[in-house]
Amino acid sequence: MVVKVYGPIMAACPQRVMACLLEKDVEFEIVHVDLEAEEHKTSDFLLRQPFGQVPAIEDGDFKLFESRAIIRYYAAKYEERGPNLLGNSLEGRALVDQWLEVEAHNFNDLVYTLVLQLVVLPRMGKHGDVVLARSCEQKLEKVFDIYEQRLSNATYLAGDSFTLADLSHLPGIRYLVNDAGMGHLVAERKHVNAWWEAISNRSAWKKLMKLVNY
Amino acid sequence: MAMKSTRKLYGSLNSPPTLKVLACLFEHDIDFEFVAIDLEAGEHKKKPFLSMNPFGQVPVYEDGDVKQFESRAIIRSMAHQYGKKGEELIYWDSRQQAVVANWIDVEDHHFEPPVLKLISELVLKPKKGLTPEEETVAGAEAKLAKVLDVYEARLSKLKYLASDKYTIADMLHLPNIQALMGTQAKKLFDSRPHLSAWCAEILARPAWIKVVEMQQNAQA
Repeated sequence: MVVKVYGPIMAACPQRVMACLLEKDVEFEIVHVDLEAEEHKTSDFLLRQPFGQVPAIEDGDFKLFESRAIIRYYAAKYEERGPNLLGNSLEGRALVDQWLEVEAHNFNDLVYTLVLQLVVLPRMGKHGDVVLARSCEQKLEKVFDIYEQRLSNATYLAGDSFTLADLSHLPGIRYLVNDAGMGHLVAERKHVNAWWEAISNRSAWKKLMKLVNY
Repeated sequence: MAMKSTRKLYGSLNSPPTLKVLACLFEHDIDFEFVAIDLEAGEHKKKPFLSMNPFGQVPVYEDGDVKQFESRAIIRSMAHQYGKKGEELIYWDSRQQAVVANWIDVEDHHFEPPVLKLISELVLKPKKGLTPEEETVAGAEAKLAKVLDVYEARLSKLKYLASDKYTIADMLHLPNIQALMGTQAKKLFDSRPHLSAWCAEILARPAWIKVVEMQQNAQA
């Protein structure tokens, strides 16, 4: 049974899910949702995701939304297959959880806002708020400083192997570096740079890049 | 809690994330020492606290030699580590736990943002002698109303958010619901019967009442 991932392939949150499915070699099918046509706000879609957001998944008769909940599920379901994305001990898992939360609370909103202002709105022919974007950039500098310190003590965020905590950052950082002209945030930090090189060169992520046609 | 424990919770009784972790500690009967961090004095933005959480936020939880921050991460691991068989607040089955994880993120991404805005306007501002901004309040109430409609529909099918039993997904809502019940936003809950019943249930949990008592004793 092929997992159905509802959402546009270009959007960061569906990419988070797809990256995980590729790491775990889980077959999936993308069901495109047209955000510009507001398909995510239709009553049909709201049955799938009552908050009108992407992604949502359907795996046989099992439905789930919230991308980080979805990746936790698949990492647990296929724990024995492929790389261990969850951590090796209770403490290891606690660290994965901690850095997943950091991504969601300290990183994600800043990236989302910055990319919206500098990339998405202009693509739609609208004006982005450059002052707001600059403020996000400055805050991200401080966040990346903390990551730099962390990654000088550990190869990956949760320890010495690649986990969901690192995976969760992939789509957002790709947007920052490739689309929003924020490559310096990564390149200027030795350990963050090495970490980004490592995680963005994983074959699962490269497969996704091919799928999206970047 | 007279004996020094190897478990310490660093936080503030004014901080909802701290209160969430306290609820979890009490639910699991875990003995710990509470170390108050003075947020008003900016203690969380200075060393040594920053060496525990470089993001300068409470709470931080120490269990033996493991230090952890981010309340939802702490609660997830605590519930898995200390879950009492038959009374767990999580599921060992990955599919059922996925639903819990889903609603933990709903609380995080959809419920908390408008609620924190309302608490800021309706609770914190008056404490400082400031007036709430009507437009901000109206906007946040409208956003929250839409979220609560989703909750109402969900709770008309299930007793709790993630299943028929109380889980950490429900627990995460406690401090913020408690705070809102003392404001005009209470009407948003009262007008939705299943939501209202669920609120009454979860606020009545003995572990939560212990947290409220802790707050009251600190203010006494």
